[in-house]
Amino acid sequence: MNMQEKFYWLFGGILALLVLASTIGWVLQRRSPGSATIANLVARVRAWWVMVAIIAVNFFLGKNATVVLFAIASAFALREFVTLTPTRPADHLPLVVCFYVLLPVQYWLIADGWYNLFAIFLPVYGFLLLPVLAAFAGDTEDFLARVTKLQWGLMITVYCISYAPALLLVQVKIHDYSASGQNLLLMIYLLTIVQMSDVLQYVFGKLFGKHKIAPVVSPSKTVEGFVGGGLSAVGIGAALWWITPFAPLQAAGMAAVIVIAGFLGGIALSAVKRSLGAKDWGSMIEGHGGMLDRLDSVSFAAPVFFHLVRYFFEP
Amino acid sequence: MWLSHVFALLVRGLVGAKPQWIGCRPAPTLRIYYANHTSHMDTLALWCALPNELRAKTRPVAASDYWNRGGIRAYIATHGFNALFIERDKDRRDGDPLEPLLQALGRGESLIIFPEGTRRAQALPSPFKSGIFHLAAKFPDAELIPVYLDNLYRSMPKGTYLPVPLTCSVRFGTPLQRIAGETKESLLQRARQAVVDLA
Repeated sequence: MNMQEKFYWLFGGILALLVLASTIGWVLQRRSPGSATIANLVARVRAWWVMVAIIAVNFFLGKNATVVLFAIASAFALREFVTLTPTRPADHLPLVVCFYVLLPVQYWLIADGWYNLFAIFLPVYGFLLLPVLAAFAGDTEDFLARVTKLQWGLMITVYCISYAPALLLVQVKIHDYSASGQNLLLMIYLLTIVQMSDVLQYVFGKLFGKHKIAPVVSPSKTVEGFVGGGLSAVGIGAALWWITPFAPLQAAGMAAVIVIAGFLGGIALSAVKRSLGAKDWGSMIEGHGGMLDRLDSVSFAAPVFFHLVRYFFEP
Repeated sequence: MWLSHVFALLVRGLVGAKPQWIGCRPAPTLRIYYANHTSHMDTLALWCALPNELRAKTRPVAASDYWNRGGIRAYIATHGFNALFIERDKDRRDGDPLEPLLQALGRGESLIIFPEGTRRAQALPSPFKSGIFHLAAKFPDAELIPVYLDNLYRSMPKGTYLPVPLTCSVRFGTPLQRIAGETKESLLQRARQAVVDLA
């Protein structure tokens, strides 16, 4: 199968899932109209249609479009993070630099294929630059806390999320995978597993959830949801081995890592969100909350997945 | 005007400017929207939060000494958001500074005003200037709609030139109740309180 054929099979499957989900939503809504949970479910499915359409269109537009798409997603995620984080007028310059300099440069490095600088640009230069800029503004009140929050937001919403499109940079030799331009499928593999894991954990949690894993931080996460949803997502990951350079067992292992990292990311970012006094990061994606509510697990899974692929599959 | 659509898109991308109609619905009646003023984005944000069809009949009131100094600003103000200019400088005024506003209301155009008169870097508005009282007295049928803009003072504090992207919401409150024969102080006080209540 060439890449186009793989893409059609994969998106055919996703489309079938969406049709199924929309049908279930429609039936449930007819059976019990006025239920808030079902209205939310229907809104979520509708948002999924839009998100899948965006990724599909983007697939045909190629590498640079993917980089731009994720840059925009990062900008929205950072906007949500900054909105919830208290800032002072003295933070204006560092914020401007985050949005208009550091973020575009980070994504430009991916488009340019400059891996070595991509990997250290924000953790080294961004990290060191922000406190300097903030210091020159001359406001020392809560200085450490303010700078830390900025650095943290930048690392999660820009650095970590940028690892998803950075998968285009990995050079996998097996079956000429990268040479035949299939890295875009590897990125879609990551996104599919993370999102299926989120969705299935939600579904299993709603159906069978009893024992809460983190009642204070993330009350909707249950042991039953995590195990049921996580195992199913690993199954899907193994079944999708043909779009990756991995053997079926390797694909299952990678999917397991993605599921666990994504799950932990969801918990950690939920704690951050609650410490900032919010239930959702924003409201731009109907039914889901904000951009960061959809990308929280990606931000943890993407860097881990990227470096595992690079370590094990790049000669 | 194509420029205003470009602006609306830009403003949405930068600060969201999501409208929350808490105390009233969007309606084509004669209205004076009045809001707290903390940044240069305020006028654009409030204006963009209105539905397209209302935007065409609503004129933001902008300070002449800032927005009408020629060049790009004046172009944006006139062609971008169809501003009405008000002269803040007492020495440069001839006649009633409110005259252009009264004429606009007379033509059935709604207004967007910032009764504090200038930007304040704070969440809650300062005391109001009396312009809104005179407008209200001359047009007793116009609805006075309190509006609260949150977060914008963080996006573009006074003295800065680039807006930082931040999600801002635009909250529209209940039309201010009209009391016949009310004193200026009382109306200004009530009007300000209505904005504070939305914060």
